Amino acid sequence: MRTSFTPAAAAAGGLFIGASVWVLFVGIGRIPGISGIVRGLLRRGEGAGDRAWRGAFLVGLILGPVLASAAAGRPLIRPDPASTPVLAAAGLLVGVGTGLANGCTSGHGVCGVSRLSPRSLAATALFMACGFLTASVLRRLL
Amino acid sequence: MKLRTTVVGLAAGLLFGAGLALSGMTNPAKVMNFLDVTRWDPSLALVMAAAIPVSALAFRFAARRERPLFGAAFSLPEKTRLDASLLIGSALFGLGWGLGGYCPGPAVASLSDANAPLLGFLAAMTVGMLLAGLIGRRRALQGDQGRPKIRR
Repeated sequence: MRTSFTPAAAAAGGLFIGASVWVLFVGIGRIPGISGIVRGLLRRGEGAGDRAWRGAFLVGLILGPVLASAAAGRPLIRPDPASTPVLAAAGLLVGVGTGLANGCTSGHGVCGVSRLSPRSLAATALFMACGFLTASVLRRLL
Repeated sequence: MKLRTTVVGLAAGLLFGAGLALSGMTNPAKVMNFLDVTRWDPSLALVMAAAIPVSALAFRFAARRERPLFGAAFSLPEKTRLDASLLIGSALFGLGWGLGGYCPGPAVASLSDANAPLLGFLAAMTVGMLLAGLIGRRRALQGDQGRPKIRR
């Protein structure tokens, strides 16, 4: 399925994500790394205060697209055309990978890169390269 | 204090989720067309291009403050070494992302309109994260270098 080039919408969304970094980091000193926030909730022994903001963030993360869709007047959440087995395999790789790497597109790709963290720059270069390679070549060999 | 941090968390989550949806990140077909150069739609490069400078300003602003508005201290990752976990993990993550078009944020953000494939992705992702936690703990027990001790 082809999709059209929508640079203005993409950049506007990026500004919202940057605003989220402002609110969370200047507000409570935390960074919005989604895999890290989810993993924090999966860990036992996390402080109650930490669980509260993490849980609230995820509630907002789920409600945000609902509000954005209402504002845009069209559904912005689209289904994935991939099959359930493929997505389950993809999910396992994403879970293990972001767990081992301590971050994903948000924690390393946005927050880490904007701090010029060497670990995040390396992680982002690698997952982008592997993402391009898999989507462009490898998945066709399956 | 807990109420304030919860409200800040909720506000940040709303902004993040709205941003993902507006940008097109909650449309996996668009993500796949970004990652697939044979039918390239470069739109999503603009998400990072816009988010990164705004975030960089937030970190610079925060660096001049002693503490966050509602919290004791700024919390940032302390590791600096490029270790095997980071590199192997990032490669595996890229593989999974290029296979399905979901990274963790958009997958969770799509939950209000969930279907079986998305739930399958999220369940497997949770299992993967727990697995990575077990691997990390084992490596920590085996010493700082994360190398198994071999006795001869």
